[in-house]
Amino acid sequence: MADVQQIINDVTKVYGKERKALMPILQAVVKIKNYLDDQDLISISKALDLSAAEVFGTASFYTFLDIVPRGKNVIRVCKTISCHMAGKDEIIHAIENTLNVKTGETSVDKKFTLLSTNCLGWCHKGPVMLINDKVFPELTAAKAIEILQNYQEEE
Amino acid sequence: MSKYLVNLSVNDIPVSVPEGTTILAAAKKLDFKIPTLCYHEDLCVAGNCRVCVVEQVGARALVAACATPVSEGMQIHTNSATVRTARKTIIELLLSEHNADCTKCYKNGNCELQSLAHEYRVGEHVFIDLVNGKHRVIDDLSPSIIKDDSKCIRCQRCVRTCDELQGVSALTVAYKGDLQKISTFLGHPLAEVVCTNCGQCVNRCPVGALVEKTYVEEVWNAINNPNKHVVVQTAPAVRVAIGEELGYNPGERLTGKMVTALKRLGFDSVLDTDFTADLTILEEGTELLTRLKRALVDKDTRVALPMTTSCSPGWIKFIEHTFPEFLPNVSTCKSPQQMFGALAKTYYAQKKGLKAQDICVVSIMPCTAKKYEANRPEMRSSGYKDVDFVLTTRELGMMIKQAGINFHNLEDSQYDSFMGESTGAGVIFGVTGGVMEAALRTVYEVVTGREVPFKNLDILPVRGMEGVREAKVKIEGCLPEWKFLDGIEVSCAVAHGLANARKLMQAVKDGSAHYHFIEIMACPGGCLGGGGQPIPTNEEIRAKRATAIYREDEGLPLRKSHENPEVKMIYEEYLGAPNSNKSHALLHTHYLARRRY
Amino acid sequence: MENSRPKRVDIIFLMEGIDPIKVVETTIKKSPDDIILEMIDSGLKGRGGAGFPTGLKWKFTRNEESYDKYVICNADEGEPGTFKDREILDRVPEKVFAGIAICGYTIGAREGLIYLRGEYNFLLPTLNEKLILFNEGLKKIGLDFSIQMRSGSGAYICGEESALFESMEGKRGEPRNKPPFPTVAGYLGKPTVINNVETLVYAFMIARIGSEKFKEMGTKDSRGSKVFSISGDTPKAGISELELGMTVQQFVDEFGDGDTKAVQVGGASGGCVPRKMFQETIIGYEGIPTGGSMMLFNSSRSMYNVLHDYLEFFTEESCGQCTPCRVGCQQLLKGIEAIKRGDKSPGYLEDLKKLAKTMKVAAKCGLGQSVANPFVSIVSNFKEEIIY
Ligand code: SF4
Ligand code: SF4
Ligand code: SF4
Ligand code: SF4
Ligand code: FES
Ligand code: FES
Repeated sequence: MADVQQIINDVTKVYGKERKALMPILQAVVKIKNYLDDQDLISISKALDLSAAEVFGTASFYTFLDIVPRGKNVIRVCKTISCHMAGKDEIIHAIENTLNVKTGETSVDKKFTLLSTNCLGWCHKGPVMLINDKVFPELTAAKAIEILQNYQEEE
Repeated sequence: MSKYLVNLSVNDIPVSVPEGTTILAAAKKLDFKIPTLCYHEDLCVAGNCRVCVVEQVGARALVAACATPVSEGMQIHTNSATVRTARKTIIELLLSEHNADCTKCYKNGNCELQSLAHEYRVGEHVFIDLVNGKHRVIDDLSPSIIKDDSKCIRCQRCVRTCDELQGVSALTVAYKGDLQKISTFLGHPLAEVVCTNCGQCVNRCPVGALVEKTYVEEVWNAINNPNKHVVVQTAPAVRVAIGEELGYNPGERLTGKMVTALKRLGFDSVLDTDFTADLTILEEGTELLTRLKRALVDKDTRVALPMTTSCSPGWIKFIEHTFPEFLPNVSTCKSPQQMFGALAKTYYAQKKGLKAQDICVVSIMPCTAKKYEANRPEMRSSGYKDVDFVLTTRELGMMIKQAGINFHNLEDSQYDSFMGESTGAGVIFGVTGGVMEAALRTVYEVVTGREVPFKNLDILPVRGMEGVREAKVKIEGCLPEWKFLDGIEVSCAVAHGLANARKLMQAVKDGSAHYHFIEIMACPGGCLGGGGQPIPTNEEIRAKRATAIYREDEGLPLRKSHENPEVKMIYEEYLGAPNSNKSHALLHTHYLARRRY
Repeated sequence: MENSRPKRVDIIFLMEGIDPIKVVETTIKKSPDDIILEMIDSGLKGRGGAGFPTGLKWKFTRNEESYDKYVICNADEGEPGTFKDREILDRVPEKVFAGIAICGYTIGAREGLIYLRGEYNFLLPTLNEKLILFNEGLKKIGLDFSIQMRSGSGAYICGEESALFESMEGKRGEPRNKPPFPTVAGYLGKPTVINNVETLVYAFMIARIGSEKFKEMGTKDSRGSKVFSISGDTPKAGISELELGMTVQQFVDEFGDGDTKAVQVGGASGGCVPRKMFQETIIGYEGIPTGGSMMLFNSSRSMYNVLHDYLEFFTEESCGQCTPCRVGCQQLLKGIEAIKRGDKSPGYLEDLKKLAKTMKVAAKCGLGQSVANPFVSIVSNFKEEIIY
């Protein structure tokens, strides 16, 4: 398990202990463990001398700062218009079937969480998805499944 | 920066106002009222409800009157067709996500949304009901406050209050878009987070989303129960504010009428928290002197100084969460309300030949935190819950109305005896700086044998509405047993509103400020601005209540706590001396370090 | 230029023979006031969509007295259908950096920040590396200025400039009241120039080639060229840099699939142009302004679905603070659903249009104000598709 306190210390060294360090800290924690749990939010609020509620309020504003448990790989399929027209539904169905989850859920082995999201900025190459920070444009159902398999095999 | 005058017109009437004035204020100067919801005089401007939009000639869109400063040559229309349509639409939108069951709502009759809907005669619902289907969450686990999200209009007044005025930030805005809501940390109940129960958010919530938990029915039941002897105590700040619930202007002193009303409501004995306020001065003053002696004479380094007051339960909960390392500095004295409760079920019971379990103690308080305080497990010194029910000033107003009492025509009457006698020093507990002033009046005299060296006993340096105030009182010519204090300048500080308290304590913590004695009241203005006081509140209203309290003090024959005959009597008959074992058992308490989230 | 083809231009992505640091070095030999004059003269307007004259923005900020000032590059490109800033940052990042540095010199700032949307996090490692080199380059030429990256985390509204400041300050991205404007009180309350990625590259190019060359392109109200993000029903999806001032018809002739029935200009918050108005609608500030997103729909598409998608987008991405937008978006969305289901009569569409118009004038920021653009344009032009 990543040591969140360590992350906080590292980030505050760069950005200071003021409120403007909050986003970088939240982002750094999410980068390592994909979501923020209650304890993380509390540790962060202590480090920056903010109320825990404020840290929660800020984190919950941002779609990518998840505050519910997420799998190791977070899949975000674009659901906005260009990708919609290009067939995002098909992609989502394929992934749902492959992972045996519904959109919003995490697979039993905690390896994948499937989410849909708003425009990813690849509208000319839809459908598109992000897995963590990585982009996969010009998807077909078959391609999406193959990509997931590669992730499955990774370890 | 020097203030230029800016010329503009509102509804074609010219007006000049200082630079930086908002359109809202400029219009007000011409007696044009622009409706507002998220705007509150005590808070920074949010500009989010948008009901205050007005037309600025030449602008692409309407502008928010509360958030837009005037500029030269501006032409404003506050009631054009576009403005009216927009305003009405906004009210309709708010109602579409609002659980508008006014007749069953606690705020019925005193609700800003309701009055707007009424003013604009919003009739049939145009829009689709968004409440239905959304989960209706009511948090009623706190003994003080109920939070009902289905009534919330997201004006964020509560969030700003809790942050800007109270420095607590127990509330936040969470999520975004259609999911946006007002929440505590992870949506936990208020009773389980850092909320101090101060009720300042309740005072500023325009609707019924944050209200006090009411115990009016319980109190009626007690009154109607022939086996109960129901004793009521009234806090100092109630008498100068109850009028606002009953149609008076702010700042009316209505002590006599209030006592009569309470008698008519059927309380068996109408007594005064001011009595225990005086008692607090003797207990707390003695504690302070003892601490000073231990520090200065015995050179005991463990003595916790500065000593802080303890009569504000919002402050107590705040320090328990936020500065637990300073808990030893807090006076061990219970608040006057709890001293009263403990004595009512012991001393009073004994003298009246009653059994403690047959006595029901009701307090009328300007405060919602007192409801929580009465429920604390520490507050059972009599072997029973010392104070059974706490009502706010607002709830008392409600009872008077329910009983059909024509308050305006009531005669004055006196508090019952005993535990009904008080001095001016007890009364000023209701205003920020008052406890300090009362304590100084007594302590100085105890130590020197002379009255405090201030004209008319008015210790002006501790008065006022400045967030943090400091005063120094030089002690000279001490009586023999207090010789060690001779020449010492007692350094005092006063803070009101928890944001100011935080600043002050932070300064003490980092060593940048040194004091002997600190008075802290959780609410802006002290108890007179308490979370249980009539709504609305603003600086002007609080100042009027403060003036009334000082008038009350001036008008009383006795103005020093140690001169209160009933206080003297209780020491002779029952307690022995201040800080005696018996006092400790009944009138003092301890605190608990709590989590800081 | 009746029926001529849209003119392709190559300014933004041109890299050949350009050394950005060199250009900065030459430019900062001029006085800030001269640079500002050049920018104003060029007629360059913000390429994010709002279209505020860039030179004036710089001038206002320069005129503010403050030890701390900031230049912020808005790379929070979230408008559905827009992807040009990603391409620019991917292909010619140094030109963006150089634009920031020139602006910094001009207004008297020492710090520049790039706020990159979280969706583009994959660009971060490269950008950071390149920034180290670039900052060193600035040091070498003696400019006391450096640039850093900041990231967003998935919130469309943070593209709104004051929401972006809030986000960088560690808060919820809720737009602020204006005034004060960023030029007076922006990031951390200090005078700030905030410019879109593309704008900064044009500024850089104007510094390099001079305003005269730039002015030669486009029209009186819309000087220069613009990078378009083209998607939807088109065989030529992708990025194109085109001269401003063409009609939608010209655009469709070039990029359509032969069956285009509508073009959404300016992304979800823009307006929908139906076929019958292609000829008369000019793409530019005198016609329909755009941040560069062009989505084409052919006759197989249901405009109800299109509108529904947009409204869902706004319902989720509204910051939620102000009434007209938070509740208004939900009402518009639920409203068209109810009409479709038959729970509300077709006449209800008129109520919704009125609502959209109120949102346009009463919402706190550009997001809520612009929801009316797609709503009114789609509902007015494709009424039958919405109802039946
Ligand atoms: S909060 Fe106001 S408008 Fe809402 S139900 Fe209660 S009284 Fe009515
Ligand atoms: S009662 Fe006081 S502390 Fe609690 S939420 Fe309200 S303002 Fe904050
Ligand atoms: S709880 Fe009350 S004060 Fe707070 S946002 Fe809701 S309506 Fe406003
Ligand atoms: S218009 Fe929308 S996004 Fe803008 S401030 Fe209002 S709620 Fe937020
Ligand atoms: S619509 Fe999917 S990436 Fe833009
Ligand atoms: S009162 Fe002005 S926006 Fe709410």
